[in-house]
Amino acid sequence: MEFEAVIGLEVHAQLSTESKIFCACSAKFGAAPNENSCPVCTGMPGVLPVLNRKAVEYAVRTALATSCRVQRRSVFARKNYFYPDLPKAYQISQYEAPLALAGHVDIETDGGTKRIGITRIHMEEDAGKLVHEGEFAGAQASLADLNRCSVPLMEIVSEPDMRTPEEAGAYLRRLRDILVYLEVCDGNMEEGSFRCDANVSVRPKGQKEFGTKAELKNMNSFRNVEKAVEYEIRRQIETIEDGGRVVQETRLWDANAGVTASMRRKEEAHDYRYFPDPDLLPLVVEDAWVEELRGTIPELPADKIARLSRDYGIPRYDAGILSSSRALADFFERCVALYGGAAKTTANECVHWKDAILAGRLTPETIAHAVEDRESGTVSATASKKLVEAVLETGKAFRALRDEKGLTQLSDASALDAVVDKVLAASPKEVESYRGGKTGLLSFFVGQVMKESRGKANPKIVQEVLKKKLG
Amino acid sequence: MPNPPFHEWTLIEAARKIRDGEISSRELTAALLERIAALEPKINAYITVLPEAAMARAAACDEERARGKASGALHGVPVGLKDIFCTRGVQTTCGSRILAGFDPPYDAGVASKVLASGAVLLGKHNMDEFAMGSSTETSHFGPTRNPWDPSRIPGGSSGGTAASVAAGTCFAGVGTDTGGSIRQPAALCGVVGLKPTYGRVSRYGMIAFASSLDQAGPLTRSVADAAAMLGIIAGHDRRDSTSVDVPVPDYLPAVSRPVRGMRIGLPREYFEGAGLDPEVKAAVERALKILTDQGAVAVEVSLPHTEYALSTYYLIAPAEASSNLARYDGVRYGHRAEGASGLIEMMSKTRAEGFGAEVKRRIMIGTYALSAGYYEAFYGKAQKVRTLIRRDFAAAFEKADALLTPTTPTPAFRIGEKTGDPLTMYLSDIYTIPCNLAGIPGISVPCGLSKSGLPIGAQLLAKHFDEETLFAVAGAVERALPAPGAAPVASAPVHK
Ligand SMILES: [Zn+2]
Repeated sequence: MEFEAVIGLEVHAQLSTESKIFCACSAKFGAAPNENSCPVCTGMPGVLPVLNRKAVEYAVRTALATSCRVQRRSVFARKNYFYPDLPKAYQISQYEAPLALAGHVDIETDGGTKRIGITRIHMEEDAGKLVHEGEFAGAQASLADLNRCSVPLMEIVSEPDMRTPEEAGAYLRRLRDILVYLEVCDGNMEEGSFRCDANVSVRPKGQKEFGTKAELKNMNSFRNVEKAVEYEIRRQIETIEDGGRVVQETRLWDANAGVTASMRRKEEAHDYRYFPDPDLLPLVVEDAWVEELRGTIPELPADKIARLSRDYGIPRYDAGILSSSRALADFFERCVALYGGAAKTTANECVHWKDAILAGRLTPETIAHAVEDRESGTVSATASKKLVEAVLETGKAFRALRDEKGLTQLSDASALDAVVDKVLAASPKEVESYRGGKTGLLSFFVGQVMKESRGKANPKIVQEVLKKKLG
Repeated sequence: MPNPPFHEWTLIEAARKIRDGEISSRELTAALLERIAALEPKINAYITVLPEAAMARAAACDEERARGKASGALHGVPVGLKDIFCTRGVQTTCGSRILAGFDPPYDAGVASKVLASGAVLLGKHNMDEFAMGSSTETSHFGPTRNPWDPSRIPGGSSGGTAASVAAGTCFAGVGTDTGGSIRQPAALCGVVGLKPTYGRVSRYGMIAFASSLDQAGPLTRSVADAAAMLGIIAGHDRRDSTSVDVPVPDYLPAVSRPVRGMRIGLPREYFEGAGLDPEVKAAVERALKILTDQGAVAVEVSLPHTEYALSTYYLIAPAEASSNLARYDGVRYGHRAEGASGLIEMMSKTRAEGFGAEVKRRIMIGTYALSAGYYEAFYGKAQKVRTLIRRDFAAAFEKADALLTPTTPTPAFRIGEKTGDPLTMYLSDIYTIPCNLAGIPGISVPCGLSKSGLPIGAQLLAKHFDEETLFAVAGAVERALPAPGAAPVASAPVHK
């Protein structure tokens, strides 16, 4: 029997606000334990939450960028449960009335573009974390670090529209690219600011009903998500083929072992006793504000890829790599604007120097000059690469270095005449053989000229001069 | 000893005397501390008294005044706060063992405003545990006694504040009212108690019982004092999302505003119940006569959903409380049980030891009302009824400017009389609860004594943010009635 997987993803993205969602504490990662905490986020008696407007703005922008319907009125609820890293004993999260509903994101697949539905986007606060004995020096017991408490999160829940691990990976990457484009989330999976849970089930191909799903957690890279989903699909198919039944459960991905394992929980049946948080008024997002925010949405990855490949005539693949970062794509466009030339060459250079460009260590002028000098034949490919490396090392300008190091190619035919004449005079036998029909000797002469010019001669021009002189 | 008896001065009088240099803040504060020392064994109105801090602040106030730098309406005047308001570095218990020894690192919005007005904080008043109760008998720190008859309860949950104001162990206090916890003890102790409009006063730093109902307000010896206190504590607080950003008027002129032509509504349902004591009824009718004699017009109104108010309240308040009180788990502050092995046991044991019976009862009710499968039937339904009750009031206020009702069905009952029967106890708030569900302001003003010499209060209700009408009507009642005089405990000689 042939099986088909059904995959839905729940993404938790940390909003890149300066402060937490309900207090003024810093939301930055990496502070000393409990340094970013105050009476409000540690749930002291009597304190009250006050919603961070910037967090709402970021979530609304995300909703608009994923074609969601922004709800004019949404409600924060309390999700009640006891845990030592949850100081109020409830998490404030949107529940029945979320911020946004019914959007989508388009992904590229082998079969073309595929639309993945987004069920909802809601806002919530993060919980703290527990550090257990032995995990850091001096820990004698379980200690609570409340720095993450009340850090603003946005949960983006997809429809179960993905069928393969590759689609899941593509959706996740595209979603992350969008958030990073919007500058609402830094997209860092290792630091946990972009986290993903996957709901995976399988069913016989052609069947309409969903199979029993498992929820996968603990995946901290795109590769891990794909591997975990792939493993889980195989596991579920094998379970069914072996006559077993898939049970609904939460499974943790063990990246070292490359398997998912059931997360045993004694207190399985949770009753969160949701109810609207009476300390927060319903969140009302005025239409005028939504429209104002709509104006701040930049060109998003999908549009950018299409436009770059169309306007510059570069392959979609190249446009895709350039568009993986807004900064890289902007850099590319500035290079092309500085020097018209062949956009494909510029694209290649931008892709080649991607890391340095994203680190802010190269200016568009450097790449534009490198491309221009290559295309005009002033600098050889090898010399060009050396020069860009020198720019990175010294911080000096490309052309200043070129002239300083004398790496300009000899492209002027008349300037090459003397060198060519010298080489031909030194090799009378070879000249004779060539004229006798051994035209393959041309590369020998080119080599000699290059050597004589210490690599500065433009090989193309050298060939032309040689052919003329050898008649 | 200041003469005439300082404990009969109103808050406004005390503030004026200090301002005019008739008495120093130190003299007055020392006199009150002496009075507290003498009366506390009889009434137990305070959980924490702050003799050193109060004297130090009084001295600082006197010095400021000497340098011409006195500022704030209550400069140098000794007051108290219900122990539900967090006070920086001063133990705040909410009447519970679970918070014994808790010194908050911050001041509640109300506390900062009272201190900013120049007042001297004498201490923190006793209260029902987490404000759950109608008699101040559920306090972990022992019951407060009624200064009019120490064998009786002072009402609750702001019973400590009401008793202290009545006994003259502070010039005014701030309490909180979730279902009548300011107005009910005010009525039973013969003082003025105001629950302002929900959102009028900051809830920041006020330990939550039921967030959508809790409201802070003054307990004072006169209507004018209440108006002055409200002027001090009212106003928007950015730290409280439910506090409303509307200007705070000067409330004092409203107290002497004439009532001629005002329509006083009598909600039929509030006078029909079997539990209403005839003496209370007669006293409220006398208050009505006072008002009509001054040209007010009596109109009959109906609040048809009144009969559902009590059950609505006893679903919403415990539901919110069950969530608000979940943070007291022994992990970060307050009481932690000894000898538990493991986290769950530590939390359960801490809560079992730290909470009293009434708090546990309400947590259980609330947890049940919110649990999956029951939410719609209980909490959801209660919220719908709450909307109907709010509409009842809106309709009534189309016919009337203010409503007049009894504050409580009976005068103060005896200590221990109702503790075994929570449902009967809950009935003491039957007239005050609908006001909290609707979020409107309400005031209780003394309107006489029963034959056995116990105070009776009349309740007045008005539209959202129309506290001024309450002050006008309550002021008219107050002016026309012979002063109830000092409570017997208060008039007993307490100094050598
Ligand atoms: Zn904080």
